[in-house]
Amino acid sequence: MSYNINTKGYYGEFGGAFIPEMLYPNVEELRQNYLKVMAEPSFQEEFHQLLKDYVGRPSPLYFAKRLSEKYNTKVYLKREDLNHTGAHKVNNTIGQILMARRLGKTRIIAETGAGQHGVATATVCALMGLDCIVYMGEIDIARQAPNVARMKMLGAEVRPALSGSRTLKDATNEAIRDWINNPVDTHYIIGSAIGPHPYPDMVTRFQSIISEEIKWQLKEKEGQENPDYVVACIGGGSNAAGTYYHFLDDESVGIIAIEAAGKGIHSGESAATSALGKEGIIHGCKTLLMQTADGQITEPYSISAGLDYPGVGPLHSHLYKSGRGEFYSATDDEAMQAGLELTKLEGIIPAIESSHALAVFKHKTFQPEDIVVISLSGRGDKDLQNYIDYFKL
Amino acid sequence: MNRINQKLNQDKKLLSIYFTAGYPNIDDTISIIQNLEQSGVDMIEIGLPFSDPLADGPTIQASSTAALKNGMTTEKLFEQLKDIRKSVSIPLIIMGYFNPVLQYGVEAFCKKCQEIGIDGLILPDLPADVYDEEYKAIFEKYGLINVFLITPQTSEERIRYIDSISNGFIYMVSSASTTGAQSGFGEEQTNYFERISKMNLKNPQIVGFGISNNETFTQATKFTKGAIIGSAFIKYLTANGISNIDKFTKTILKK
Repeated sequence: MSYNINTKGYYGEFGGAFIPEMLYPNVEELRQNYLKVMAEPSFQEEFHQLLKDYVGRPSPLYFAKRLSEKYNTKVYLKREDLNHTGAHKVNNTIGQILMARRLGKTRIIAETGAGQHGVATATVCALMGLDCIVYMGEIDIARQAPNVARMKMLGAEVRPALSGSRTLKDATNEAIRDWINNPVDTHYIIGSAIGPHPYPDMVTRFQSIISEEIKWQLKEKEGQENPDYVVACIGGGSNAAGTYYHFLDDESVGIIAIEAAGKGIHSGESAATSALGKEGIIHGCKTLLMQTADGQITEPYSISAGLDYPGVGPLHSHLYKSGRGEFYSATDDEAMQAGLELTKLEGIIPAIESSHALAVFKHKTFQPEDIVVISLSGRGDKDLQNYIDYFKL
Repeated sequence: MNRINQKLNQDKKLLSIYFTAGYPNIDDTISIIQNLEQSGVDMIEIGLPFSDPLADGPTIQASSTAALKNGMTTEKLFEQLKDIRKSVSIPLIIMGYFNPVLQYGVEAFCKKCQEIGIDGLILPDLPADVYDEEYKAIFEKYGLINVFLITPQTSEERIRYIDSISNGFIYMVSSASTTGAQSGFGEEQTNYFERISKMNLKNPQIVGFGISNNETFTQATKFTKGAIIGSAFIKYLTANGISNIDKFTKTILKK
């Protein structure tokens, strides 16, 4: 079985492009060009140069000695938290801004939940001198003030999404509506491995630098390219897609996904899509999503704004349904404790999203000789207030 | 012959009205449909509300949110419509997004539509190629006409493809926009309407998005078979209520 996308834009039965005709020309232009543009030597050169000199790649693969001792296995952390802007998001925005320029686009739009993707987009727009409009739910704007300020300082216009529940899902709707209304000059930088084909594949390919580096870094450290397991948290699933990508077809590498269980999978306040979701259409693709029996998309909940999304990318739905991936979910409490544990043991304050991946040890016991690579997708600076409130620091 | 095709064969410009089922009140559906028919409207699009209506502007979004809050569901709408053909004879189309139809079951949904006497569907996020490959046979089995959208950006090749898989009319979106985003038409739109009319498509075209009064209705139908009004009708309904629907229709048609 192949776990990569097929020529029609599907991973197994998931994916596709379920978009209104108004979006067809934009998405079709991208579909016809993205692989061609990405294959151009000048594109590759510019992309990798920026990843190196601007983002600070390669990100270290760090052997977490004390964490390894505690769980009696070999744990490596892929340090995406050390990237410029503090998370893996910038790998994708660098790639997409170069794509947008080659397609002659002059205006960039994006959606954001916690603001990490918004900041990463505003950053590359400042770098390239392009207009940037970021849609963000009105409620998220209120609870993520520092990132809103960052985006504004970087020159982006932050537009509140006032419809629906006024969070990430609605910000995505507003960005799509903007694209419908501006079909010629605008590129939409989607921040996760979601959306209509070719977005899930394009975002995955830009993020695949993560697993590309893991392979040679592990070779240097352990004399082998493949770990026994790769572990990542999943909201829409872009850091996970990048972490898994080069291991997808090698079944000796176990793929582990950690979703956000919120206050508990069956508490009614959760974002554990694989457990609670059903196949359907969200934001232009067929995938697993949380919805009512009647097909209305429901509101997820997680303490982590970056995992607070009612769907998962189509690649992940395929990994779940085919059994290729092991899926677990961590509650708010498990994630917060795992984040504090990493801080105490290794001196690294992780983003709450990444803390969910670190909670894998609450759900699975590894063998002492296992090599487990965990994607530390972001740093915890943005979450300090959350940690302070939670632990009464 | 399907009621939509019969209507399209009439020698007149057609006025079609969209409303959101379950808005302003959950039980207004039948009354709105009957009032629209009595007022002289040619065709009705019954909006099945969706939580995330990507192609819609603020007016239809708000009516959809309100309708869902009022308790509208697919099952409820079918229940309300079960005797509609005892009192209404003009074509009825259900317009909505694909996910609620998928969850109901595409075949079960189509079967129910046929039982009730629904004539067609408009599902903006069901792409033409997916329809063609996976669902066309089911729609046809239950005598339903599926209506596709085109926009000023749609290529001629794609318009010809859409024409080839359509068997009713083509929904011509007047400009690249969400619903309710504009008022009035310029030269650009008129040229677009004319350009499409000269393609001699087998399906007639009906214009939607941006029609709100007699002037825009007249402009939109100069080169086409008819026009669809959505947001402007919902705004009118919100302000003036069901009992004044005939006045709205008269203003549009200047009767």
